[in-house]
Amino acid sequence: MDKVTVHAGRALPLRRSNVDTDQIIPAEYLKRVTRTGFEDGLFAAWRKDPSFVLNQPEYDGASVLVAGPDFGTGSSREHAVWALMDHGFRVVISARFADIFRGNSGKAGLLTACVEPDVVERLWQLVEADPATEVVVDLEQREVRAGDLVASFEIDGYTRWRLLEGLDDIGITLSHDDQISEYEATRPSWKPVAGPA
Amino acid sequence: MGRTLAEKVWDEHVVRHADGEPDLLYIDLHLVHEVTSPQAFEGLRLAGRTVRRPDLTLATEDHNVPTLDVDKPIADPVSRTQVETLRRNCDEFGVRLHSLGDVEQGIVHVVGPQLGLTQPGTTVVCGDSHTSTHGAFGALAFGIGTSEVEHVLATQTLPQARPKTMAVTVDGTLPDGVTAKDLVLTLIATVGTGGGQGYVVEYRGEAIRALSMEARMTICNMSIEWGAKAGLIAPDETTLAYLEGRTRAPKGDEWDAAVTYWRGLVTDDDAEFDREVVLDASAMTPFVTWGTNPGQGVPLGGSVPDPADFAEESDRVAAEKALVYMGLEAGTPMREIEVDTVFVGSCTNGRIEDLRAAAEIVRGRTVADGTRMLVVPGSARVRLHAEDEGLDIVFKDAGAEWRGAGCSMCLGMNPDQLTPGERSASTSNRNFEGRQGKGGRTHLVSPLVAAATAITGRLASPADLPARD
Ligand code: SF4
Repeated sequence: MDKVTVHAGRALPLRRSNVDTDQIIPAEYLKRVTRTGFEDGLFAAWRKDPSFVLNQPEYDGASVLVAGPDFGTGSSREHAVWALMDHGFRVVISARFADIFRGNSGKAGLLTACVEPDVVERLWQLVEADPATEVVVDLEQREVRAGDLVASFEIDGYTRWRLLEGLDDIGITLSHDDQISEYEATRPSWKPVAGPA
Repeated sequence: MGRTLAEKVWDEHVVRHADGEPDLLYIDLHLVHEVTSPQAFEGLRLAGRTVRRPDLTLATEDHNVPTLDVDKPIADPVSRTQVETLRRNCDEFGVRLHSLGDVEQGIVHVVGPQLGLTQPGTTVVCGDSHTSTHGAFGALAFGIGTSEVEHVLATQTLPQARPKTMAVTVDGTLPDGVTAKDLVLTLIATVGTGGGQGYVVEYRGEAIRALSMEARMTICNMSIEWGAKAGLIAPDETTLAYLEGRTRAPKGDEWDAAVTYWRGLVTDDDAEFDREVVLDASAMTPFVTWGTNPGQGVPLGGSVPDPADFAEESDRVAAEKALVYMGLEAGTPMREIEVDTVFVGSCTNGRIEDLRAAAEIVRGRTVADGTRMLVVPGSARVRLHAEDEGLDIVFKDAGAEWRGAGCSMCLGMNPDQLTPGERSASTSNRNFEGRQGKGGRTHLVSPLVAAATAITGRLASPADLPARD
């Protein structure tokens, strides 16, 4: 995973609440068995509408998505995160994220910055007034900066550390292999067993 | 101070705790399906890793599988590739797989419980948000993403931040004709789709205790629809009666030892929840959705709301957009809404009890002209069970279609889809835009409302139906 420290880029204002993962990437795009190549599925249904914000040329190349509350609800599909990243997004800013989406983002290297609702509103206004506005998302300082706006954002300390260091979760866990084995030795024999194949 | 049920199960599974880090939790049961696993197995392969505990891992084919011609190869080549990829992966990594045609095949959240694998006090994960279903047994069960699937495959553990706890207490008794589905839809409309964010929820109270295991699964299933990390219900005699004798349930002395442990899985009297919600079951009525998220619902006796009546700006905008998408006018009585397709199935309401309830309503009646009714059992076992009871005949005689097991029209990854503008009454869990097919319009309902709606062609409850001849 690539390290994430400070990201600066232009932003896409998505004035929608409850953007569920079925909207971020509809089910028909989930049939692939690869980890990349999902950008064509991103907001596929909404993109058919020429007035949809992602179709507006002034926002081409935006890498920060600013969305309404309850972003990423619904299905656990990590494809939603991959589709956003494949399209070029590196950060999503919202006042509230669904848990699983947020977890998936942290694993895949997409930064989710949780801010107060009025910060989202001010960012929308700034970028709508001038789509070229540079939005800086500073993970070290936990800060969003754009125009004269400076606002802090929330992210849990562990995810922040992993993103800053670009660390692979599985590698960290495997370094505790002894403790896993110790735990396994104490599991009662009546615990459920599914296999073997 | 005492502990809540969720805290007890959590504590029991902590492999490693360090301040400032998430707890490393041991996972008792890892369920796998074809959509969210291929990239995880690929990750293992690339890193040269193995599946640590294939014996605690179980895979099934559900999302992509057809519900017609199930004995033929899957027609859609992309779906077929995904299913075949799962078969190859399970073979290579030694994971048990219930494939199409196997009597244990079906929706992953129906299969785990029916095998007796889902047990009280266990941790259950799956790359699927409706893993919360398994909480009905007093398990701590939650959905994960594909990176986490890979993590569990490799280590049988997951780093997890300790969630807050919430109690949802439902007092009183559900009136006749009002089901667990109505209860949970009422709850979501009350607390909002983000109301459970960050919490593990324990459902308790008289109305919950009175529910069957199937009905408890319906409630826990939809925990994710209001944002909860997981939802669980303390095990009791109903739980034990359901589990005893199941293929994978403990036997003999092991059963006795397990039961002794399970009986301690209750929230202590002096435990404190971070938040509490109280509802009265006796005031509930059949409940249906009008919008495009599960929180946008009203009683069946109500009308499509006027967006202008919402206090919050974001709710108002969401309601306006939803009405446009759904093709509905504010003020229309819900009972006047005509429905093209009725879908009975999914991990929310595709179990034997749901099929029995729907069959009882359509028995001796006929599905309305211009309406189609699709009945899709949650698993091959449920299908066989229903056929033993003659329910397939009841449905077919009424003019409904009787299908093979799978997710089917719950998400439309297989050929069972709505066409643009088509309207459904569905016993599934999500009414998102396009969820059941591009441009499709979904009303979430209980199996009873689904069955009555199939007969009248408009949203209806069994009480609206004329007596049989
Ligand atoms: S039935 Fe629907 S909600 Fe349940 S697992 Fe399948 S697709 Fe997901």
